[in-house]
Amino acid sequence: MGVLIDNFDLLWGAFLTTLGITVVAGVLSFVWGVVLAAFRVSPVAPLRTFSAAYVTIFRNTPLTLLFVFLGSAAPPLFGIVLPLGVITAIVAMSLYTSTFVCEAVRSGINSVGVGQAEAARSVGLTFIQTLGTVVLPQAFRSVVPPLINVYVAHIKNTSVAAGFATTELTAIGTRLANGNPGDVIGVFMGVGVAYLVMTLPLSISAEKLESKVAVAR
Amino acid sequence: MSEKQQVLYDIPGPKAIRRDRLYTVLISVLIIGALVWLAIDAYRRGIFDDRWQVLWAGDKGFTGFEVWQRLLVDGLLLGTLKAVVIAVPIVVAFAMILTITRQAPTRWIRYPAIGFTHIFRGIPVLLIMYFGVIAMDLSPLMAVVLGLVVYNTAVVAEILRAGIAALPSGQREAGLAIGFTPLQTMLRIQLPQAVRIMLPALISQIVVLLKDTSLGFIIAYVELLTTTKNLYNFFGNSSVIPLVVAAMVVYILVNMAVSRLATYIEGRMRTRQPRAAAPAKGADAGSGLVP
Repeated sequence: MGVLIDNFDLLWGAFLTTLGITVVAGVLSFVWGVVLAAFRVSPVAPLRTFSAAYVTIFRNTPLTLLFVFLGSAAPPLFGIVLPLGVITAIVAMSLYTSTFVCEAVRSGINSVGVGQAEAARSVGLTFIQTLGTVVLPQAFRSVVPPLINVYVAHIKNTSVAAGFATTELTAIGTRLANGNPGDVIGVFMGVGVAYLVMTLPLSISAEKLESKVAVAR
Repeated sequence: MSEKQQVLYDIPGPKAIRRDRLYTVLISVLIIGALVWLAIDAYRRGIFDDRWQVLWAGDKGFTGFEVWQRLLVDGLLLGTLKAVVIAVPIVVAFAMILTITRQAPTRWIRYPAIGFTHIFRGIPVLLIMYFGVIAMDLSPLMAVVLGLVVYNTAVVAEILRAGIAALPSGQREAGLAIGFTPLQTMLRIQLPQAVRIMLPALISQIVVLLKDTSLGFIIAYVELLTTTKNLYNFFGNSSVIPLVVAAMVVYILVNMAVSRLATYIEGRMRTRQPRAAAPAKGADAGSGLVP
């Protein structure tokens, strides 16, 4: 345990890096995911096709491959050179997590009663108004528990950045573990606890909310 | 598109049809334009030269066949799928044990099981794999399997719990009433039905497991992605794009095949056993899935 206390600044910095990637990529993937879900149910066919193709491609590609793609194939292909590290991590995580947000929101939209959308239409709301003021606010209620689970996974997935020159928790953890062979277990436990500080409150609240929503239905 | 989604907007009248057609054309032009622009841009940078030949003609004494052999046999079959095939049976066995202990009437058995599912759903798979490599001195393959097993056991146990919760309570009561012990009721009545209901979700979880094998790339396990990297390091810079795109296509096709299987089973259950599929809430192959 001494290693953890001696290297507290290092771990704290790494924790903040993980948290930073999580929050920035989390917000971006949420916005992009909701837009994709709206595309997916829109009356305009090309938008539906675009969204479906995007989700199929990015959901079935491993996150690690996305990192490799952004790091080595994207520069010559698109002429975009992303600075290695946090920025690449944020872009990869946003592209990836948004597909899961999209799927969660889409199944939430499907869970809203047909009558709600019909009522909205019959009072003359347009598609965007129906979606924005009637369906989505209700959909979010049943979307919240699965969405929280998506973000628990999102937090954990930031660890992939450790393999791509980002000094976040997992990277620092393995560095400390390799440097202190006598205290390997303690280091891993410390890093594990640092992740649990972020994920456990979320997964427990998801469970609580799930039973609440289930009762309210 | 299901009828459910159709309900969000009216069946278009003449005016709306014209408007929708306009949008369709505009957005199609926009999307196709963007793709064409990207393609032209890539062309200017010389992407469409003979570098793609590496995928069929090969390079540096390798035939195209040998390149694909490396990717599909050494990478996919003996790397990625090997880890999946080893991990899945272990996950199934452990998850069943965990599910049973989670429902145990004794607190001292139940609480550790609940703790396990909560803790290992909240710790990165990569961290567990590193733990295997650094702390337990495992081979890369075993470390990958360890990571996959620990995480997916917790997740599958959670899926099975949801399946058991979805069963009518009369199932358990009937089991107890005819003199089964709680354990027998679980093993012979609740669990088999839970597995049936949750089969689509369980198969979808294999996609997650399959994608997570690519974390082996980071801990030096030779799977599809590592093979791809070794190949483009060997063939040189110009081969990066063709090989990475090829690996991406392989992953997408394999995962889509597994997802298709889940959808197929879901559909078959719905048509053949309308009652068994009734509590399909949460069994939707897509919605319960987590990255």
